[in-house]
Amino acid sequence: MEIVKAKDVVYEYIRRDEEGNIEGILKAVDGVSLDIRQGQFIAILGHNGSGKSTLAKHMNAILYPTEGTVWVDGKDTKDEEELWNIRQTAGMVFQNPDNQIIGQVVEEDVGFGPENMGVPTKEIWERVEESLKVLGMYKYRKHSPNKLSGGQKQRVSIAGVLAMHPKCIILDEPTAMLDPNGRKDVIRAVRALNDVEKITIILITHYMEETIYADKVFVMDDGKIAMQGTPREIFSQVDALKSLRLDVPQVTLLAYELKKRGVDLPDGILTIEELVKELSKCH
Amino acid sequence: MSLILEHVNYIYGAETPLAIKALDDICLEIPDGQFVGIIGHTGSGKSTLVQHLNGLIKATEGRIYYNGQDIDEKGYDRKALRSNVGLVFQYPEHQLFEIDVFSDVCFGPKNLGLPKEEVERRAKEALAQVGITEEYYTQSPFELSGGQKRRVAIAGVLAMQPKVLILDEPTAGLDPKGRDEILHQIKKLQTETGMTILLVSHSMEDVAEYVDRIIVMNQGRVMFDAVPREVFRHYKELEEVGLAAPQVTYIMHALQEKGMQVDVDVTTIAEAAEEIVRCLETLH
Repeated sequence: MEIVKAKDVVYEYIRRDEEGNIEGILKAVDGVSLDIRQGQFIAILGHNGSGKSTLAKHMNAILYPTEGTVWVDGKDTKDEEELWNIRQTAGMVFQNPDNQIIGQVVEEDVGFGPENMGVPTKEIWERVEESLKVLGMYKYRKHSPNKLSGGQKQRVSIAGVLAMHPKCIILDEPTAMLDPNGRKDVIRAVRALNDVEKITIILITHYMEETIYADKVFVMDDGKIAMQGTPREIFSQVDALKSLRLDVPQVTLLAYELKKRGVDLPDGILTIEELVKELSKCH
Repeated sequence: MSLILEHVNYIYGAETPLAIKALDDICLEIPDGQFVGIIGHTGSGKSTLVQHLNGLIKATEGRIYYNGQDIDEKGYDRKALRSNVGLVFQYPEHQLFEIDVFSDVCFGPKNLGLPKEEVERRAKEALAQVGITEEYYTQSPFELSGGQKRRVAIAGVLAMQPKVLILDEPTAGLDPKGRDEILHQIKKLQTETGMTILLVSHSMEDVAEYVDRIIVMNQGRVMFDAVPREVFRHYKELEEVGLAAPQVTYIMHALQEKGMQVDVDVTTIAEAAEEIVRCLETLH
Protein backbone atom coordinates (compact mmCIF):
# COMPACT_ATOMS: atom_id res chain seq x y z
CA MET A 1 0.00 0.00 0.00
CA GLU A 2 1.16 3.53 -0.70
CA ILE A 3 2.00 5.57 2.34
CA VAL A 4 2.18 8.76 0.27
CA LYS A 5 0.45 9.17 -3.04
CA ALA A 6 0.26 12.33 -5.10
CA LYS A 7 -1.77 12.81 -8.22
CA ASP A 8 -1.34 15.76 -10.60
CA VAL A 9 -0.39 18.06 -7.75
CA VAL A 10 -0.03 21.75 -8.51
CA TYR A 11 0.86 24.35 -5.92
CA GLU A 12 0.81 28.06 -6.65
CA TYR A 13 2.37 30.78 -4.55
CA ILE A 14 0.36 33.89 -5.19
CA ARG A 15 2.10 37.23 -4.85
CA ARG A 16 -0.03 40.22 -4.05
CA ASP A 17 0.73 43.93 -4.01
CA GLU A 18 -0.16 46.26 -1.13
CA GLU A 19 -3.81 46.55 -2.21
CA GLY A 20 -4.16 42.78 -2.38
CA ASN A 21 -4.25 42.63 -6.16
CA ILE A 22 -2.56 39.61 -7.65
CA GLU A 23 0.88 40.56 -8.97
CA GLY A 24 2.09 37.21 -10.08
CA ILE A 25 1.63 33.50 -9.68
CA LEU A 26 4.51 31.11 -9.20
CA LYS A 27 3.89 27.43 -9.77
CA ALA A 28 6.23 25.89 -7.19
CA VAL A 29 4.89 22.40 -7.83
CA ASP A 30 3.62 21.71 -11.31
CA GLY A 31 1.81 18.48 -12.06
CA VAL A 32 3.60 16.03 -9.79
CA SER A 33 2.36 12.46 -9.44
CA LEU A 34 4.17 9.91 -7.35
CA ASP A 35 3.66 6.80 -5.26
CA ILE A 36 5.75 6.00 -2.22
CA ARG A 37 5.26 2.56 -0.71
CA GLN A 38 5.38 1.78 3.00
CA GLY A 39 8.95 1.00 4.08
CA GLN A 40 10.75 2.64 1.17
CA PHE A 41 13.74 4.95 1.49
CA ILE A 42 13.15 7.80 -0.90
CA ALA A 43 15.52 10.66 -1.69
CA ILE A 44 14.46 13.89 -3.34
CA LEU A 45 17.12 16.00 -5.04
CA GLY A 46 16.80 19.33 -6.75
CA HIS A 47 18.48 22.72 -6.86
CA ASN A 48 17.44 25.66 -4.68
CA GLY A 49 14.00 26.73 -5.82
CA SER A 50 13.17 23.51 -7.68
CA GLY A 51 10.08 22.91 -5.55
CA LYS A 52 11.28 19.99 -3.46
CA SER A 53 10.55 21.55 -0.05
CA THR A 54 7.16 22.77 -1.23
CA LEU A 55 6.36 19.24 -2.36
CA ALA A 56 7.54 17.80 0.96
CA LYS A 57 5.27 20.16 2.89
CA HIS A 58 2.32 18.55 1.11
CA MET A 59 3.23 15.19 2.59
CA ASN A 60 2.15 16.09 6.11
CA ALA A 61 -0.51 18.62 5.32
CA ILE A 62 1.46 21.79 6.02
CA LEU A 63 0.45 22.85 2.52
CA TYR A 64 -2.55 21.70 0.46
CA PRO A 65 -2.44 21.34 -3.31
CA THR A 66 -3.96 24.13 -5.41
CA GLU A 67 -4.93 21.39 -7.85
CA GLY A 68 -4.68 17.62 -7.61
CA THR A 69 -4.71 15.43 -4.50
CA VAL A 70 -2.25 14.09 -1.93
CA TRP A 71 -3.10 11.03 0.14
CA VAL A 72 -1.15 10.08 3.24
CA ASP A 73 -1.86 6.51 4.31
CA GLY A 74 -4.99 6.60 2.19
CA LYS A 75 -6.30 9.86 3.66
CA ASP A 76 -6.82 12.95 1.55
CA THR A 77 -4.73 15.75 3.08
CA LYS A 78 -7.52 18.26 2.39
CA ASP A 79 -9.81 16.39 4.79
CA GLU A 80 -9.58 18.60 7.89
CA GLU A 81 -10.91 15.90 10.20
CA GLU A 82 -7.92 13.73 9.37
CA LEU A 83 -5.34 16.50 9.85
CA TRP A 84 -3.95 15.26 13.16
CA ASN A 85 -3.95 11.66 12.02
CA ILE A 86 -2.02 12.68 8.95
CA ARG A 87 0.57 14.66 10.89
CA GLN A 88 0.98 11.74 13.25
CA THR A 89 1.43 9.29 10.39
CA ALA A 90 3.93 11.47 8.57
CA GLY A 91 6.34 13.40 10.79
CA MET A 92 8.58 16.18 9.54
CA VAL A 93 12.15 17.14 10.46
CA PHE A 94 13.47 20.51 9.30
CA GLN A 95 16.87 21.92 8.44
CA ASN A 96 17.65 23.95 11.52
CA PRO A 97 17.56 21.94 14.76
CA ASP A 98 17.43 25.16 16.79
CA ASN A 99 14.00 25.93 15.37
CA GLN A 100 12.56 22.58 16.42
CA ILE A 101 13.75 22.03 19.94
CA ILE A 102 11.62 23.59 22.65
CA GLY A 103 12.30 21.53 25.77
CA GLN A 104 14.75 22.58 28.49
CA VAL A 105 15.86 18.98 28.90
CA VAL A 106 16.35 16.47 26.08
CA GLU A 107 13.83 13.92 27.39
CA GLU A 108 11.15 16.58 27.90
CA ASP A 109 11.60 17.76 24.35
CA VAL A 110 11.18 14.25 22.98
CA GLY A 111 8.10 13.73 25.15
CA PHE A 112 6.39 16.86 23.83
CA GLY A 113 4.87 15.19 20.76
CA PRO A 114 3.30 12.14 22.43
CA GLU A 115 2.13 14.31 25.34
CA ASN A 116 0.22 16.52 22.90
CA MET A 117 -1.36 13.43 21.42
CA GLY A 118 -2.74 12.51 24.82
CA VAL A 119 -0.58 9.44 25.32
CA PRO A 120 -0.73 8.21 28.98
CA THR A 121 2.24 9.41 31.05
CA LYS A 122 3.76 5.98 31.60
CA GLU A 123 3.72 5.29 27.90
CA ILE A 124 5.21 8.71 27.11
CA TRP A 125 8.28 7.81 29.12
CA GLU A 126 8.51 4.43 27.45
CA ARG A 127 8.35 6.08 24.05
CA VAL A 128 10.93 8.71 25.01
CA GLU A 129 13.34 6.08 26.24
CA GLU A 130 12.86 3.91 23.18
CA SER A 131 13.22 6.80 20.71
CA LEU A 132 16.35 8.18 22.36
CA LYS A 133 17.90 4.72 22.36
CA VAL A 134 17.18 4.23 18.66
CA LEU A 135 18.86 7.55 17.87
CA GLY A 136 21.81 6.84 20.18
CA MET A 137 20.98 9.83 22.38
CA TYR A 138 19.78 8.04 25.52
CA LYS A 139 22.80 8.99 27.58
CA TYR A 140 22.07 12.67 26.92
CA ARG A 141 18.47 12.41 28.14
CA LYS A 142 19.10 14.69 31.14
CA HIS A 143 21.17 17.23 29.19
CA SER A 144 20.13 20.66 28.10
CA PRO A 145 19.63 20.64 24.29
CA ASN A 146 21.56 23.88 23.84
CA LYS A 147 24.78 22.21 25.01
CA LEU A 148 24.58 19.58 22.27
CA SER A 149 26.30 19.67 18.88
CA GLY A 150 24.26 20.26 15.72
CA GLY A 151 24.20 16.58 14.81
CA GLN A 152 23.11 15.61 18.32
CA LYS A 153 20.38 18.25 18.31
CA GLN A 154 19.14 17.00 14.98
CA ARG A 155 18.98 13.44 16.37
CA VAL A 156 16.95 14.77 19.30
CA SER A 157 14.57 16.39 16.78
CA ILE A 158 14.22 13.06 14.98
CA ALA A 159 13.65 11.26 18.29
CA GLY A 160 10.85 13.73 19.01
CA VAL A 161 9.17 12.78 15.75
CA LEU A 162 9.83 9.07 16.30
CA ALA A 163 8.15 9.19 19.72
CA MET A 164 4.89 9.95 17.90
CA HIS A 165 5.20 6.53 16.23
CA PRO A 166 4.89 7.74 12.66
CA LYS A 167 4.81 5.40 9.66
CA CYS A 168 6.75 7.90 7.63
CA ILE A 169 9.35 10.57 8.38
CA ILE A 170 10.08 13.41 5.99
CA LEU A 171 13.44 15.11 6.46
CA ASP A 172 13.96 18.45 4.73
CA GLU A 173 17.73 18.95 4.38
CA PRO A 174 18.40 17.64 7.90
CA THR A 175 22.18 17.78 7.44
CA ALA A 176 22.59 21.14 5.70
CA MET A 177 23.87 22.87 8.84
CA LEU A 178 25.97 20.02 10.24
CA ASP A 179 29.66 19.16 10.11
CA PRO A 180 30.80 15.90 8.45
CA ASN A 181 30.54 13.83 11.64
CA GLY A 182 27.13 15.19 12.51
CA ARG A 183 26.00 14.45 8.98
CA LYS A 184 27.26 10.88 9.14
CA ASP A 185 25.53 10.24 12.48
CA VAL A 186 22.21 11.63 11.30
CA ILE A 187 22.25 9.66 8.05
CA ARG A 188 23.26 6.48 9.86
CA ALA A 189 20.36 6.99 12.31
CA VAL A 190 17.92 7.63 9.46
CA ARG A 191 19.03 4.49 7.63
CA ALA A 192 18.59 2.46 10.81
CA LEU A 193 15.04 3.79 11.22
CA ASN A 194 14.34 2.52 7.74
CA ASP A 195 16.15 -0.83 8.00
CA VAL A 196 15.23 -1.81 11.53
CA GLU A 197 12.05 0.08 12.37
CA LYS A 198 10.71 -0.18 8.78
CA ILE A 199 9.73 3.48 8.78
CA THR A 200 9.28 5.07 5.38
CA ILE A 201 11.92 7.74 4.89
CA ILE A 202 11.67 10.69 2.53
CA LEU A 203 15.00 12.50 2.56
CA ILE A 204 15.48 15.84 0.87
CA THR A 205 19.11 16.80 0.49
CA HIS A 206 21.79 18.60 -1.46
CA TYR A 207 24.43 16.05 -0.59
CA MET A 208 24.54 13.45 -3.33
CA GLU A 209 26.43 10.88 -1.28
CA GLU A 210 23.58 10.71 1.24
CA THR A 211 21.23 9.30 -1.37
CA ILE A 212 23.20 6.31 -2.62
CA TYR A 213 21.41 3.88 -0.28
CA ALA A 214 17.94 5.06 -1.24
CA ASP A 215 15.51 2.68 -2.94
CA LYS A 216 14.49 5.42 -5.28
CA VAL A 217 15.62 8.95 -6.12
CA PHE A 218 13.40 11.69 -7.49
CA VAL A 219 15.03 14.74 -9.06
CA MET A 220 12.92 17.90 -9.13
CA ASP A 221 13.32 20.81 -11.50
CA ASP A 222 11.00 23.73 -12.07
CA GLY A 223 8.25 22.14 -9.95
CA LYS A 224 8.25 18.93 -11.95
CA ILE A 225 9.83 15.51 -11.49
CA ALA A 226 12.68 15.65 -13.98
CA MET A 227 14.24 12.25 -13.31
CA GLN A 228 13.39 9.22 -11.20
CA GLY A 229 15.04 5.86 -10.66
CA THR A 230 17.48 3.96 -8.50
CA PRO A 231 20.57 5.86 -7.37
CA ARG A 232 22.59 3.90 -9.92
CA GLU A 233 20.25 4.86 -12.75
CA ILE A 234 20.23 8.50 -11.68
CA PHE A 235 23.94 8.93 -11.09
CA SER A 236 24.78 7.28 -14.42
CA GLN A 237 23.52 10.47 -16.00
CA VAL A 238 26.27 12.85 -14.97
CA ASP A 239 25.64 15.45 -17.69
CA ALA A 240 21.87 15.51 -17.15
CA LEU A 241 22.36 16.07 -13.40
CA LYS A 242 24.87 18.85 -14.01
CA SER A 243 22.42 20.61 -16.29
CA LEU A 244 19.94 20.50 -13.35
CA ARG A 245 22.53 22.29 -11.14
CA LEU A 246 23.27 19.06 -9.29
CA ASP A 247 26.30 16.89 -8.96
CA VAL A 248 27.21 13.26 -8.43
CA PRO A 249 29.26 11.74 -5.59
CA GLN A 250 33.01 12.34 -6.07
CA VAL A 251 33.67 8.64 -6.68
CA THR A 252 31.00 8.55 -9.41
CA LEU A 253 32.48 11.64 -10.98
CA LEU A 254 35.96 10.13 -10.94
CA ALA A 255 34.65 6.95 -12.64
CA TYR A 256 32.97 9.15 -15.25
CA GLU A 257 36.18 11.11 -15.87
CA LEU A 258 38.11 7.83 -16.19
CA LYS A 259 35.59 6.52 -18.70
CA LYS A 260 36.00 9.68 -20.76
CA ARG A 261 39.72 8.96 -20.80
CA GLY A 262 39.08 5.48 -22.20
CA VAL A 263 39.12 3.33 -19.05
CA ASP A 264 36.60 0.50 -19.34
CA LEU A 265 34.18 0.95 -16.42
CA PRO A 266 30.43 0.37 -15.97
CA ASP A 267 28.05 3.33 -15.54
CA GLY A 268 26.88 4.61 -12.19
CA ILE A 269 29.61 3.51 -9.78
CA LEU A 270 28.48 4.69 -6.34
CA THR A 271 31.00 3.53 -3.76
CA ILE A 272 34.76 3.47 -3.34
CA GLU A 273 34.66 -0.34 -3.03
CA GLU A 274 32.96 -0.69 -6.41
CA LEU A 275 35.48 1.57 -8.12
CA VAL A 276 38.47 -0.18 -6.56
CA LYS A 277 37.05 -3.58 -7.58
CA GLU A 278 36.46 -2.47 -11.17
CA LEU A 279 39.88 -0.88 -11.47
CA SER A 280 41.52 -4.01 -10.07
CA LYS A 281 39.99 -5.86 -13.03
CA CYS A 282 41.69 -3.46 -15.46
CA HIS A 283 44.86 -3.77 -13.46
CA MET B 1 51.19 44.09 5.18
CA SER B 2 49.50 41.10 6.70
CA LEU B 3 47.60 39.66 9.60
CA ILE B 4 49.66 38.31 12.47
CA LEU B 5 48.39 36.53 15.56
CA GLU B 6 50.75 36.05 18.48
CA HIS B 7 49.82 33.62 21.24
CA VAL B 8 46.14 34.47 21.12
CA ASN B 9 43.92 32.98 23.81
CA TYR B 10 40.23 33.52 24.15
CA ILE B 11 38.06 32.40 27.03
CA TYR B 12 34.26 32.61 26.92
CA GLY B 13 32.86 33.64 30.27
CA ALA B 14 36.32 34.31 31.74
CA GLU B 15 36.39 34.49 35.54
CA THR B 16 33.04 32.73 35.83
CA PRO B 17 32.41 29.06 36.67
CA LEU B 18 31.32 28.54 33.05
CA ALA B 19 34.62 29.65 31.52
CA ILE B 20 35.42 27.79 28.31
CA LYS B 21 38.69 28.16 26.47
CA ALA B 22 37.72 28.69 22.85
CA LEU B 23 41.15 29.62 21.50
CA ASP B 24 44.33 28.22 22.88
CA ASP B 25 47.67 29.82 22.02
CA ILE B 26 47.04 30.62 18.36
CA CYS B 27 50.05 31.85 16.38
CA LEU B 28 49.46 32.55 12.71
CA GLU B 29 50.70 34.75 9.92
CA ILE B 30 48.49 35.37 6.94
CA PRO B 31 50.30 37.20 4.15
CA ASP B 32 48.54 39.44 1.64
CA GLY B 33 46.75 37.83 -1.27
CA GLN B 34 46.59 34.32 0.14
CA PHE B 35 43.47 32.14 -0.15
CA VAL B 36 43.21 30.30 3.15
CA GLY B 37 40.71 27.62 4.17
CA ILE B 38 39.96 27.40 7.89
CA ILE B 39 38.47 23.99 8.62
CA GLY B 40 37.16 22.54 11.84
CA HIS B 41 34.11 20.81 13.23
CA THR B 42 31.38 22.63 15.14
CA GLY B 43 32.84 24.09 18.31
CA SER B 44 36.48 23.86 17.18
CA GLY B 45 36.97 27.60 17.53
CA LYS B 46 37.10 28.57 13.86
CA SER B 47 34.31 31.14 14.01
CA THR B 48 35.69 32.58 17.24
CA LEU B 49 39.06 32.91 15.54
CA VAL B 50 37.82 34.89 12.56
CA GLN B 51 35.78 37.22 14.73
CA HIS B 52 39.05 38.33 16.33
CA LEU B 53 40.45 39.45 13.02
CA ASN B 54 38.22 42.46 12.64
CA GLY B 55 37.97 43.23 16.29
CA LEU B 56 34.49 41.87 16.98
CA ILE B 57 35.97 39.85 19.82
CA LYS B 58 38.93 41.01 21.86
CA ALA B 59 41.56 38.39 22.66
CA THR B 60 41.74 37.45 26.36
CA GLU B 61 45.50 37.23 25.94
CA GLY B 62 47.93 37.69 23.07
CA ARG B 63 48.33 40.19 20.25
CA ILE B 64 46.83 40.64 16.81
CA TYR B 65 48.57 42.84 14.26
CA TYR B 66 47.08 44.14 11.06
CA ASN B 67 49.64 45.79 8.78
CA GLY B 68 52.05 45.87 11.68
CA GLN B 69 49.73 47.68 14.06
CA ASP B 70 48.31 46.15 17.22
CA ILE B 71 44.53 46.25 16.81
CA ASP B 72 43.92 46.27 20.55
CA GLU B 73 46.16 49.26 21.19
CA LYS B 74 44.50 52.32 22.64
CA GLY B 75 43.40 54.74 19.96
CA TYR B 76 43.62 52.19 17.17
CA ASP B 77 41.09 53.01 14.45
CA ARG B 78 38.67 50.07 14.70
CA LYS B 79 36.35 51.56 12.14
CA ALA B 80 39.10 51.56 9.52
CA LEU B 81 39.98 48.00 10.50
CA ARG B 82 36.41 46.87 9.87
CA SER B 83 36.27 48.39 6.46
CA ASN B 84 39.62 46.79 5.59
CA VAL B 85 38.75 43.38 7.00
CA GLY B 86 35.29 42.43 5.76
CA LEU B 87 33.41 39.63 7.48
CA VAL B 88 30.58 37.74 5.81
CA PHE B 89 28.64 35.85 8.45
CA GLN B 90 26.90 32.50 8.12
CA TYR B 91 23.65 32.77 6.20
CA PRO B 92 24.39 36.43 5.33
CA GLU B 93 21.17 36.63 3.31
CA HIS B 94 19.31 36.85 6.62
CA GLN B 95 20.79 40.32 6.91
CA LEU B 96 19.34 41.63 3.68
CA PHE B 97 16.70 44.22 4.44
CA GLU B 98 16.48 46.95 1.82
CA ILE B 99 13.66 47.32 -0.69
CA ASP B 100 15.82 46.46 -3.67
CA VAL B 101 19.10 44.76 -4.42
CA PHE B 102 20.99 47.91 -5.35
CA SER B 103 20.04 49.85 -2.17
CA ASP B 104 21.04 46.90 -0.05
CA VAL B 105 24.55 46.82 -1.49
CA CYS B 106 24.81 50.63 -1.19
CA PHE B 107 24.09 50.51 2.53
CA GLY B 108 27.65 49.71 3.63
CA PRO B 109 29.59 52.28 1.59
CA LYS B 110 26.88 54.90 2.33
CA ASN B 111 27.61 54.42 6.03
CA LEU B 112 31.28 55.09 5.33
CA GLY B 113 30.14 58.60 4.45
CA LEU B 114 31.22 58.45 0.81
CA PRO B 115 29.66 60.69 -1.84
CA LYS B 116 26.67 59.25 -3.69
CA GLU B 117 28.51 58.70 -7.00
CA GLU B 118 31.27 56.78 -5.25
CA VAL B 119 28.75 54.68 -3.31
CA GLU B 120 26.93 53.74 -6.51
CA ARG B 121 30.14 53.05 -8.40
CA ARG B 122 31.27 50.69 -5.67
CA ALA B 123 27.90 48.94 -5.47
CA LYS B 124 27.91 48.34 -9.23
CA GLU B 125 31.45 47.02 -9.12
CA ALA B 126 30.67 44.71 -6.17
CA LEU B 127 27.55 43.31 -7.81
CA ALA B 128 29.50 42.66 -11.00
CA GLN B 129 32.16 40.85 -8.98
CA VAL B 130 29.59 38.36 -7.68
CA GLY B 131 27.93 37.97 -11.05
CA ILE B 132 24.66 39.82 -10.37
CA THR B 133 23.61 41.66 -13.53
CA GLU B 134 21.79 44.98 -13.82
CA GLU B 135 18.38 43.42 -14.45
CA TYR B 136 18.29 42.42 -10.77
CA TYR B 137 19.13 45.88 -9.35
CA THR B 138 15.53 46.95 -8.82
CA GLN B 139 14.24 43.58 -7.62
CA SER B 140 13.44 42.93 -4.00
CA PRO B 141 16.28 40.85 -2.52
CA PHE B 142 13.64 38.53 -1.06
CA GLU B 143 12.50 37.42 -4.51
CA LEU B 144 15.87 36.01 -5.48
CA SER B 145 16.96 32.38 -5.27
CA GLY B 146 19.03 31.22 -2.29
CA GLY B 147 22.31 31.43 -4.18
CA GLN B 148 21.53 34.87 -5.59
CA LYS B 149 20.56 36.26 -2.19
CA ARG B 150 23.82 35.06 -0.76
CA ARG B 151 25.79 36.68 -3.57
CA VAL B 152 23.99 39.98 -3.03
CA ALA B 153 24.87 39.75 0.67
CA ILE B 154 28.52 39.13 -0.19
CA ALA B 155 28.43 42.09 -2.59
CA GLY B 156 27.29 44.22 0.35
CA VAL B 157 30.60 43.48 2.08
CA LEU B 158 32.65 43.79 -1.12
CA ALA B 159 31.27 47.28 -1.68
CA MET B 160 33.21 48.32 1.42
CA GLN B 161 36.29 47.38 -0.62
CA PRO B 162 38.01 45.31 2.04
CA LYS B 163 41.62 44.20 1.68
CA VAL B 164 40.83 41.01 3.53
CA LEU B 165 37.58 39.11 3.03
CA ILE B 166 36.49 36.54 5.60
CA LEU B 167 33.59 34.25 4.76
CA ASP B 168 32.02 31.99 7.38
CA GLU B 169 30.48 28.92 5.68
CA PRO B 170 29.54 30.76 2.49
CA THR B 171 28.17 27.64 0.78
CA ALA B 172 25.98 26.19 3.56
CA GLY B 173 22.55 25.19 2.28
CA LEU B 174 23.26 25.88 -1.39
CA ASP B 175 22.77 23.36 -4.17
CA PRO B 176 25.94 21.91 -5.76
CA LYS B 177 25.96 24.34 -8.68
CA GLY B 178 25.39 27.25 -6.29
CA ARG B 179 28.33 26.05 -4.19
CA ASP B 180 30.60 25.89 -7.25
CA GLU B 181 29.49 29.32 -8.47
CA ILE B 182 30.19 31.06 -5.17
CA LEU B 183 33.58 29.41 -4.68
CA HIS B 184 34.52 30.10 -8.27
CA GLN B 185 33.66 33.76 -7.92
CA ILE B 186 35.60 34.07 -4.69
CA LYS B 187 38.63 32.50 -6.36
CA LYS B 188 38.29 34.90 -9.27
CA LEU B 189 38.10 37.80 -6.86
CA GLN B 190 41.31 36.70 -5.22
CA THR B 191 43.24 36.28 -8.48
CA GLU B 192 41.94 39.49 -10.05
CA THR B 193 42.12 41.88 -7.11
CA GLY B 194 44.78 40.22 -4.95
CA MET B 195 42.39 40.28 -2.02
CA THR B 196 43.28 38.05 0.93
CA ILE B 197 40.53 35.47 1.43
CA LEU B 198 39.80 33.47 4.56
CA LEU B 199 37.15 30.87 4.04
CA VAL B 200 35.69 29.03 7.02
CA SER B 201 34.19 25.66 6.18
CA HIS B 202 33.34 22.15 7.38
CA SER B 203 34.05 20.72 4.02
CA MET B 204 37.48 19.74 2.74
CA GLU B 205 35.96 18.78 -0.60
CA ASP B 206 34.76 22.33 -1.12
CA VAL B 207 38.02 24.04 -0.36
CA ALA B 208 40.49 21.49 -1.79
CA GLU B 209 40.29 22.87 -5.31
CA TYR B 210 40.54 26.52 -4.46
CA VAL B 211 42.73 27.32 -1.49
CA ASP B 212 46.50 27.82 -1.22
CA ARG B 213 46.61 26.78 2.38
CA ILE B 214 44.45 24.97 4.94
CA ILE B 215 44.39 25.68 8.65
CA VAL B 216 42.72 22.89 10.61
CA MET B 217 41.31 23.91 13.97
CA ASN B 218 40.60 21.46 16.76
CA GLN B 219 39.72 22.22 20.38
CA GLY B 220 40.77 25.83 19.99
CA ARG B 221 44.20 24.97 18.64
CA VAL B 222 45.79 24.93 15.22
CA MET B 223 46.09 21.23 14.42
CA PHE B 224 47.51 21.45 10.91
CA ASP B 225 48.60 24.40 8.82
CA ALA B 226 49.88 23.53 5.34
CA VAL B 227 49.04 23.19 1.65
CA PRO B 228 45.98 20.96 0.98
CA ARG B 229 47.83 17.83 -0.15
CA GLU B 230 50.01 17.97 2.94
CA VAL B 231 46.98 18.29 5.23
CA PHE B 232 45.05 15.45 3.56
CA ARG B 233 47.95 13.09 4.20
CA HIS B 234 46.75 13.13 7.80
CA TYR B 235 43.30 11.86 6.78
CA LYS B 236 43.15 9.34 9.61
CA GLU B 237 43.86 11.99 12.24
CA LEU B 238 41.33 14.29 10.58
CA GLU B 239 38.68 11.61 10.98
CA GLU B 240 39.46 11.29 14.64
CA VAL B 241 38.59 14.94 15.16
CA GLY B 242 35.34 14.76 13.22
CA LEU B 243 36.56 15.90 9.83
CA ALA B 244 37.16 14.01 6.64
CA ALA B 245 39.52 14.31 3.71
CA PRO B 246 37.90 14.57 0.28
CA GLN B 247 36.57 11.26 -1.07
CA VAL B 248 39.40 11.34 -3.63
CA THR B 249 41.95 10.83 -0.86
CA TYR B 250 40.13 7.69 0.31
CA ILE B 251 39.87 6.35 -3.24
CA MET B 252 43.58 6.80 -3.86
CA HIS B 253 44.53 5.14 -0.60
CA ALA B 254 42.18 2.21 -1.31
CA LEU B 255 43.78 1.78 -4.75
CA GLN B 256 47.25 1.87 -3.28
CA GLU B 257 46.27 -0.85 -0.81
CA LYS B 258 45.22 -2.99 -3.77
CA GLY B 259 48.72 -2.64 -5.15
CA MET B 260 48.29 0.20 -7.66
CA GLN B 261 51.26 2.52 -7.68
CA VAL B 262 49.26 5.77 -7.53
CA ASP B 263 50.29 9.06 -6.02
CA VAL B 264 47.97 9.31 -2.99
CA ASP B 265 48.55 13.06 -2.61
CA VAL B 266 46.28 14.24 -5.42
CA THR B 267 43.48 16.50 -4.20
CA THR B 268 41.06 16.97 -7.11
CA ILE B 269 39.03 14.65 -9.35
CA ALA B 270 40.88 15.82 -12.47
CA GLU B 271 44.28 15.09 -10.92
CA ALA B 272 43.08 11.70 -9.68
CA ALA B 273 41.76 10.72 -13.12
CA GLU B 274 45.09 11.69 -14.75
CA GLU B 275 47.01 9.80 -12.12
CA ILE B 276 44.96 6.58 -12.45
CA VAL B 277 45.15 6.68 -16.25
CA ARG B 278 48.92 7.19 -16.06
CA CYS B 279 49.17 4.27 -13.69
CA LEU B 280 47.06 1.97 -15.88
CA GLU B 281 49.07 2.93 -18.97
CA THR B 282 52.43 2.07 -17.43
CA LEU B 283 51.04 -1.41 -16.80
CA HIS B 284 50.21 -2.09 -20.41
